[in-house]
Amino acid sequence: MPSKVSITVNGKAVTADVEPRTLLVNFIRERLRLTGTHVGCDTAQCGACTIHMNGRAVKACNVLAQQAEGADIVTIEGLAKADGTLHPMQEAFRENHGLQCGFCTPGMVMSAVEFVKTNPNPSEREIREALDGNMCRCTGYQNIVKAIQAGAAAMR
Amino acid sequence: MGNMNLIGASVKRKEDYRFLTGAGQYTDDVVFPNQTYAVFVRSPHAHAHVRSIKKDAALQAPGVVAVFSGEDTGAIGGLPCGWLIHSMDGQPMKEPPHPILAKGTARHVGDPVAVVIAESYAQARDAAELLEVDYDVLPSVVDVRDAVKPGAPAVHDIAPDNRCYTWGHGDKVAVEKAFAAAHHVTKLEFANNRLIPNAIEPRAANALYNRADDSYTLYVANQNPHVERLLMTAFVLGLPEHKVRVVAPDVGGGFGSKIFLYAEDVVLTWASKQVNRPIKWTAERSESFMSDAHGRDHHTVAELAMDKDGNFLAMRVKTLANLGAYLSTFASSVPTILYATLLAGQYKTPAIYAEVVGTFTNTVPVDAYRGAGRPEATYVVERLVETAARDMKLDPVEIRRRNFIRTFPYATPVGLTYDTGDYEKTLDAAVKMADVGGFPARKEEAKKRGKLRGIGYSCYIEACGLAPSNIAGALGARAGLFEAGEVRVHPTGKVTIFTGSHSHGQGHETTFAQVVADRLGIGIEDVDIQHGDTGKILFGMGTYGSRSLAVGGTAIVKAVDKVINKGKKIAAHLMEAAETDIEFRDGFFQVAGTDKKKAFAEIALTAYVPHNYPLDKLEPGLNENAFYDPTNFTYPAGSYVCEVEVDPDTGVTQVMSFVAVDDFGNVVNPMIVEGQVQGGLAQGIGQALLEGCRYDAESGQLLTGTYQDYCMPRADDLPNFRIGTEVTPCTHNPLGVKGCGEAGAIGSPPSVINAITDAIGVRDVAMPATPETVWRAMHAGA
Repeated sequence: MPSKVSITVNGKAVTADVEPRTLLVNFIRERLRLTGTHVGCDTAQCGACTIHMNGRAVKACNVLAQQAEGADIVTIEGLAKADGTLHPMQEAFRENHGLQCGFCTPGMVMSAVEFVKTNPNPSEREIREALDGNMCRCTGYQNIVKAIQAGAAAMR
Repeated sequence: MGNMNLIGASVKRKEDYRFLTGAGQYTDDVVFPNQTYAVFVRSPHAHAHVRSIKKDAALQAPGVVAVFSGEDTGAIGGLPCGWLIHSMDGQPMKEPPHPILAKGTARHVGDPVAVVIAESYAQARDAAELLEVDYDVLPSVVDVRDAVKPGAPAVHDIAPDNRCYTWGHGDKVAVEKAFAAAHHVTKLEFANNRLIPNAIEPRAANALYNRADDSYTLYVANQNPHVERLLMTAFVLGLPEHKVRVVAPDVGGGFGSKIFLYAEDVVLTWASKQVNRPIKWTAERSESFMSDAHGRDHHTVAELAMDKDGNFLAMRVKTLANLGAYLSTFASSVPTILYATLLAGQYKTPAIYAEVVGTFTNTVPVDAYRGAGRPEATYVVERLVETAARDMKLDPVEIRRRNFIRTFPYATPVGLTYDTGDYEKTLDAAVKMADVGGFPARKEEAKKRGKLRGIGYSCYIEACGLAPSNIAGALGARAGLFEAGEVRVHPTGKVTIFTGSHSHGQGHETTFAQVVADRLGIGIEDVDIQHGDTGKILFGMGTYGSRSLAVGGTAIVKAVDKVINKGKKIAAHLMEAAETDIEFRDGFFQVAGTDKKKAFAEIALTAYVPHNYPLDKLEPGLNENAFYDPTNFTYPAGSYVCEVEVDPDTGVTQVMSFVAVDDFGNVVNPMIVEGQVQGGLAQGIGQALLEGCRYDAESGQLLTGTYQDYCMPRADDLPNFRIGTEVTPCTHNPLGVKGCGEAGAIGSPPSVINAITDAIGVRDVAMPATPETVWRAMHAGA
């Protein structure tokens, strides 16, 4: 049976009836129409759906909407400043050509932001290992790694 | 004004802001009012008669709008194949029907059998579970070597031996003669492993029918919306082309897999009229694995004949190419026209002969995937050349130098004429950048750590911008291969470009804007690029085969030049000078030898406010278009050097160093070009080390149907690539560009395998060279 969930998304409180099987990613994309969070697989491998839930990067395809009751969620749409100024990590991706088709990018950026918060000065190897849950088919990762190094420096 | 340094500048991409903020609009992001959702029911069997489909329970399920199966699609034609290949005996290839929903027989796991349309995805999924499909399972065949054996299960009645065609190319007699006289013949037999493209955005479509004017709109994740529309309207649905608009909005990667007209796109378009509602479908990843066209899958025997000095005398190649269960849009051309014509590589081998058997199997259709035929050809040539060097006790660099083509234009014995190149220069640069001289010391040092270090080379050539149309037509192409562009100058001098090329990661919105801004001498921020919508763009052949800048960019340049020519007429009138005296430079129309000049924006305004204007001779407005049909392919080439270390205890291979030096002709945006190379290398190294599609030989089941089973390259699988560029400008397009999209995926696989075989001292290792494969190769015969 559908039941009510109350979630804060990008600083805005939302309350809605959702079915028990509704995934958080579908709730975000289809109900809230925040389509920057992408679905690239159905096995929690690709990471395109990565969002922040209570400050942690999680794969929104692997969380039920009802599990997010009371949670504070930030999606890619909530990362830049209200005036449109990019977050330092977004800016670093732009500056370092860390994206091509853009489909994996929101998940990459959301993962990177959380990773750098826990590891403010990561080595290249640490970044590559931290990206294990995010796939990119376009870039060969080299510029994503560069972008995260630059983004980390900017966030320090 | 004036942007004289735009060509060759690493301008940051215009498209990035929307992608970085979640504002990109991909097909699945589009929702129409009154939207319905489709789920396809697919064959779980590799080969089966569909005895019956009971729809009642599904139709009565909550929210279900309609259920269609093959029998409902009546007279709708099958999906066409865009390239006709003839067998050696002159017979046209076998073209079995490719129904949009299986009619009577399903021929691969994932073959769509029915579609369920409902108010929500969840309801469509629930109802799909209730559809009762009764299958009669038939024997199946998935491996090309099995498919051509006598008595193999026939995939199609019209091809009882599973051969679509047996195609020959080159001078067989000359090759036999050269082999008979050869000092040494190097022979290899190997597979080019089957790959699954895996763009991270799954395929998706959303079809809308409008009763008011009997028109359709199809949003689809596709690389060439006009081609999609043409094939769908003229060859499948019989709809009037002007009543169908195809939009390919932001597309999340293609790599070839989104070139093709797929059954789902047609089903949705057709069904949107039947239900009079918009219908959306987005593939789940597991559907992508079993329905996106796969790539490669060759089995080849290749031989190279040499004289005593290691000069190449002739090459002989026999390939079994897996085409899958049906002919996908360009399937027939990939292992023929795009493969055997590249077997000369960078070498002056005087005689080459190739024979290719296009083979049907009970697998997903195989078609173009990044490189399409050219990676397979490069693998043949560069594995042979490196092995020949070892056979002849020659340095692999030296044997290449000895055989390089050095004079241009050069007509190969396999039908291409290379316009320009300098293969020694790219090889020299790669050898230097890779510090090949220091390799023995690195090998020694690795040995102390218990690792086996090896070095491998690859010197690839590719042919991009498939052309010209008339020659392609003579070779069997059923489409034109030009590109179209339109330049719309606004009254204020701002410019919107409409291009038939399609960007799905390549950064056209930036590169094309650089080209136009440079040519018009205006700011890059004054130029916008529009693409991917048949409702906006005059026409287009789309983006594949690294053709966009060379062909699409040239079409834009030609249209820009028409704008400049018209501008000169307007300027001549305004400045009361002869048109022949007007020069256009740095954004100004100037009377030669004087300081009289008018800015581009002034001329634009005059064209739209034609008060002082030669209306008797010239139409107002400033809007031009051009179609460009190239006179030849372009021929990017490069040299790659790979160093690996193999752990002899585990067989684990690590790429320690990878150097790529490419000649793409002139480079407009080095940052974007490097990014393309890096991505291509990742896919090529993925093919060499990680990726391999597997089917179970008995059941025909797809064994690698998820990301847990199909090993995609991840960040920690790859090194940092070192990339260099050498430039010999293309001689036959005004930009002097050749194309860079596929090079990395074409050139890298043989360099990796050459490095591994060097490291462990064996003749061959199969791709993907997984730890198990490498370990077994090391211990074979032990």
